[in-house]
Amino acid sequence: MISLTSPVETRAHRWPAGLKLGGLCLASTALFLVGDIAIHAAALGAVLALYAAPGPVFLRAGLRSLRVVLPFVAVLLGWHAIAGDMRMGLLVTLRMVTLVALANLVTMTTGLEDLVDLIRRLTAPLRRLGLPTQLLEIAIPLVIRFTPVLVARAETLAEAWRARSRRRPGWRLILPLTLQALDDADHVGEALRARGGPLGPHGQE
Amino acid sequence: MERNIAQIALFAAMIAALGLVPQITLGFGVPITAQTLGVMLAGAVLGARRGAAAAALFLLLVALGLPLLAGGRGGLGAFVAPTAGFALGFPVAAFATGLFVEHVRLRSAGLAAGLGAVFGGIVVLYVFGATGLAIVARKSLLEAFTLVAVFIPGDLLKAAITGMLVQALARLRPQTLAWHRQAAGTGDLRL
Repeated sequence: MISLTSPVETRAHRWPAGLKLGGLCLASTALFLVGDIAIHAAALGAVLALYAAPGPVFLRAGLRSLRVVLPFVAVLLGWHAIAGDMRMGLLVTLRMVTLVALANLVTMTTGLEDLVDLIRRLTAPLRRLGLPTQLLEIAIPLVIRFTPVLVARAETLAEAWRARSRRRPGWRLILPLTLQALDDADHVGEALRARGGPLGPHGQE
Repeated sequence: MERNIAQIALFAAMIAALGLVPQITLGFGVPITAQTLGVMLAGAVLGARRGAAAAALFLLLVALGLPLLAGGRGGLGAFVAPTAGFALGFPVAAFATGLFVEHVRLRSAGLAAGLGAVFGGIVVLYVFGATGLAIVARKSLLEAFTLVAVFIPGDLLKAAITGMLVQALARLRPQTLAWHRQAAGTGDLRL
């Protein structure tokens, strides 16, 4: 689900993370201010060209990460087709795909260290005020690491459910998922403590 | 301390993972998702402060450009969408849910969590969501409320599910629910 940094080294990998995120912010905002379908189509074309530039491996990885929005695209287009407002549907869909593609592009070309580093620099003033902002640098990678783990678990639970029942599993998977996540949290907490605690060996409370 | 960080991070991941449950979308670009169930659960299980921290951490990762919002949305674009009010309301909703379960003592943990989810995850969240929609779509607050009211039945269902899950958690893993444990220990006036 989360397209972690692409192993295909591109020029963009070496750009500063702040620059890329700033660019993403500007581009996202611009796309929201523009209501012209032609411009949105051009923007999507441009983003796809950026995907294609580093070569076929990068392009395939990029398109694979975009596949998650496809059901959403279908539903949105279908809804607007029924409502008779295809223009709006097209606009919303194009914008959605372009935004996700752009966000993915930044993710694919920016190492996790760079992003966490950026957060560290942005929160430096708060740290000087005495807030333990280094906790963020522990929490962020944990979320990024565990989101795909939980999604994969949910899929395993759904498969196990389907093997036993013909009904849809739905919300019934959430209890075992929550219990496993709480167990994970205990294990991670112990692992953090074993490594000197989240505040480091000198920052214990 | 370490466990708090880990639980906050894991519940942020839960909010993200629940957003990937196949979903249906009705009009106006506001999708029905299980994501708010994650927000309700974070508040109801972790309590006000840690629940809000989990939802805020989740939003930070969305802002970093990760497509974690329901439907694979993410990036700063999500903060200018018609749904932006809902997204920005997540931490407040989790906080309100947690505040409810911590201060309204009911004998049944599940009932407290379910009502807390209605208060935080519906009443409070819809104030934010409707305000956001009113600003983005340039509608009146009342019009915006009517537009998002379609989703209230789905969210009532999610609040009920939150109640059932917390009831089960109170039985299976009572040590997880700090607010419930305290209520049982202090001998407060309980309804």
